[in-house]
Amino acid sequence: MKRIILALLACASVAGAEERRSGLLDMRPEAQAMQRDDSMNPGMLWVLDGEALWGRKPTPATQSCADCHGDAAVSMRDVAARYPAFDIARGAAIDLAGRIIQCRETRQGAAPLAREGQELLALTSFVAHQSRGSPIAPPDDAGMRAARAQGREIFMTRLGQLDLSCAQCHDDHAGQRLAGSIIPQGHPTGYPIYRLEWQGVGSLQRRLRGCMVGVRAEPFAYGSAEFMAIEAYLMGRARGMVLETPAIRP
Amino acid sequence: MARVLLRVPNTAEKGSVIEIRALIQHVMETGYRPNAEGVLQPRDIIWRFTCRYDGEVVFSASFSPAIAANPFIAFTTIATQSGPISFTWEGDNGFAQTETRHISVT
Amino acid sequence: MNITRRVLLAAPGALLLPAPARADQQRLAAALRDFTGGQPMREGRVRLDVSPLVENGNAVPISVLVETPMTAADHLRRIGVFNERNPQPNVITAQFGPRSGRAYLATHIRLATSQALVAVAEMSDGSFWFQRVEVIVTLAACIEG
Repeated sequence: MKRIILALLACASVAGAEERRSGLLDMRPEAQAMQRDDSMNPGMLWVLDGEALWGRKPTPATQSCADCHGDAAVSMRDVAARYPAFDIARGAAIDLAGRIIQCRETRQGAAPLAREGQELLALTSFVAHQSRGSPIAPPDDAGMRAARAQGREIFMTRLGQLDLSCAQCHDDHAGQRLAGSIIPQGHPTGYPIYRLEWQGVGSLQRRLRGCMVGVRAEPFAYGSAEFMAIEAYLMGRARGMVLETPAIRP
Repeated sequence: MARVLLRVPNTAEKGSVIEIRALIQHVMETGYRPNAEGVLQPRDIIWRFTCRYDGEVVFSASFSPAIAANPFIAFTTIATQSGPISFTWEGDNGFAQTETRHISVT
Repeated sequence: MNITRRVLLAAPGALLLPAPARADQQRLAAALRDFTGGQPMREGRVRLDVSPLVENGNAVPISVLVETPMTAADHLRRIGVFNERNPQPNVITAQFGPRSGRAYLATHIRLATSQALVAVAEMSDGSFWFQRVEVIVTLAACIEG
């Protein structure tokens, strides 16, 4: 299997891209149109769900997101572009979904939202959508620099029975073809994404787990420190690229 | 209630052709897919979509399991008069939902 | 051109295909007969727009546009879209009338594999028109966890 994949990588004809490039541009025009026009983009259904949740109290006694944060178009503008961020209380990096879970538990006193559950995906999509069109701007504090360094190390490490690192595909062979599909550079510009293969919306961590299963590795757990580190590294690698949430991907 | 995203013009000139787009959140489970245990998951689709303009049906469609998850449909109609334009989706397991928008025709 | 070749060309296309393809053709032909009530179909007036190469068959944008004045006397009644190799041949059937303004429909469909799509239009004079389009569906490279 590994030999087949390496052979496919080797015989791919397209030259590796030199400039950073969103996976949006690797899709056929019809799929790009689906992302660019909200009226055709099913990811917008999750954004609308998130908007409704934003204004709803999780329990009658508590506050809604809007009670504290007001109009998300103002208060959440560009916020997703700065995640993952360093959470001083925990002394660790936290991603946007993790911050929403934390807020839910500590500020709203409600049951935590499950990773990859529809409510969390909807709220994360809605909040990230407020940064659509904004450049990715990772924070440059010492904590996040350390997380990015750890993430870079994981990105470069060979994993699984196929003994492949993220970098071997997404740095060294991006733009080439693996079977019928173009290998993207792997910039997380549109998460949560509506992935055609999933027929629904999912997180970057779900996508990373899919890749890990693909190389026959044991995937990291949702919300794990490893995933926070990889997310931090990938967002740093994509610094300045424009956020697209909700993106469409094949 | 399933989340719906409709694109209907708020206003239109009398006699003009308007394009309507409708997107609804639905799994459109085909009935042909096995689950993790290898058992076929029962069919759960929307099979009928109807658009009424001031009560009169101006467009309708029958969906099969070949319609993608979160069904999208686009079509046109003539802006005849101001009034409600309603959209009804019907499907398996008693699924039924209607949304209404108002159009002003001048 | 020799006799054998001429005979083969004159024969129904299905005879030239291997057995599974022939079964697909027969199923598609039966679905088309259901739609037309056995009336003849002519090629033309229907434009079925779909990308000839699709990277994921789960949501394939298609549109159908039919040439017609869309008047009370002369308009499109129905569009049917059919496929060759999904588990069942029907995709969508839609009803139109003079109030439609344009004979137009767009949706997102599923394609299980590379195959032909056929769009058929029934006009108010009872005539049937069609276009057939071949679509190649490429496979996704990664294995989903």
